[in-house]
Amino acid sequence: MEFKDYYQIMGVARDATQDEIKRAYRQLARKYHPDVSKDPEAEIRFKELGEANTVLKDIEKRAAYDQLGSNWKAGQDFRPPPDWNAGFEFSGDGSPGAGAAEFSDFFETLYGHGSAADNRARPDFHARGEDHHARVVIDLEDAYNGATRVITLRSPVLDAHGRVAMRSHKLNVTIPRGVHAGQHIRLAGQGGSGIGRGAPGDLYLEVGFNPHAHFRVEQRDVYLDLPLSPWEAALGATVTVPTPAAAVDLKIPPNSIAGGKLRLKGRGIPGTTPGDFYVVLQIAVPPSATEADKNFYGTMAEQFKSFQPRAKLGA
Amino acid sequence: MDNGKMLPQPSAIILEEQTGLTLTEVCQACAVRVEFIVGLVDEGVLDPIGREPHRWRFTGTQLRRATVALRLQRDLGVNRAGAALALQLLDEIETLQARLRKMGHD
Repeated sequence: MEFKDYYQIMGVARDATQDEIKRAYRQLARKYHPDVSKDPEAEIRFKELGEANTVLKDIEKRAAYDQLGSNWKAGQDFRPPPDWNAGFEFSGDGSPGAGAAEFSDFFETLYGHGSAADNRARPDFHARGEDHHARVVIDLEDAYNGATRVITLRSPVLDAHGRVAMRSHKLNVTIPRGVHAGQHIRLAGQGGSGIGRGAPGDLYLEVGFNPHAHFRVEQRDVYLDLPLSPWEAALGATVTVPTPAAAVDLKIPPNSIAGGKLRLKGRGIPGTTPGDFYVVLQIAVPPSATEADKNFYGTMAEQFKSFQPRAKLGA
Repeated sequence: MDNGKMLPQPSAIILEEQTGLTLTEVCQACAVRVEFIVGLVDEGVLDPIGREPHRWRFTGTQLRRATVALRLQRDLGVNRAGAALALQLLDEIETLQARLRKMGHD
């Protein structure tokens, strides 16, 4: 089992006052709260913090922890000395630390599972299991067609001897058609098990998209930059445009300009109110490689003598 | 054979797409008392359809806001108004980030 350096996690000195510990916890909790932080490690950091705070804010638990000595390093293999906590009485204040339900093996060995479990028996929470949260990353195409993903989840369970063990289980998750990044898929009853006869919690999967080589997504709308040749833009054309569902033939009106947007209504991410697909026009200019090419551009310059591309800049 | 077929396959719903949730359903999903949700409506965090509480209908997006407000209050020790302010600022950050992504500054 790994030793946990609670002082290091909280970023305080071993002789920090209770007030300093409280301030450090408040500050770090705001920084790493999973609903506030975009840091992918936020959830893990926040759980660690909750555990460190549960020990350090409680002068009895803290004194017992300090008694282990200051020679231990974080991550070091740890076995508690016999009768290490003799003479300490843990009353606990019953108020929950953040993420109190899932403390480390290290914590459970020192303070027992009861300390964490007590915290869950608050009147507001009945004995329902904890909701679990995880992230699932899908391709944009999956949002158009729906998909299934096998995901692996780790959760703490009590074994026959009442000890906490981590168990991983696999789940086949249906990704509903029309889901988009930032939304949450709710799997009823797939969260933590309830206490006593309590119902299990739910599992929430936050959906993210893998970045796509061509398409950008905003909410339900999908964007594509479409390069055109100068003559396609000037004369109009029908070009084949890829969308995540299927390629479509798109009519480009004559005298189209770079940055112009064409909307394919309802071709964004599907749903009861489907998103739109936007084609953003770009003009690609063929390089002048040969003498003949240069002459051709020269002729164009003659032809369009009065054309002032920078007229709006007023220079 | 695709062994994925042997795994449990719970029904999946998109939280944000749900509509017509009653006050009771929202309270159950958040595991809180009615007063907590009524408080969030009073604070303007949630904006259900319908006038009297027993006719209120919430969306999945509002349910999600309620759970975030709950966690902010529980974990950070902020009060209802503080959680409301945090949610409002988080919304603004989200909008700005979406605008940045749209301009290709990912």
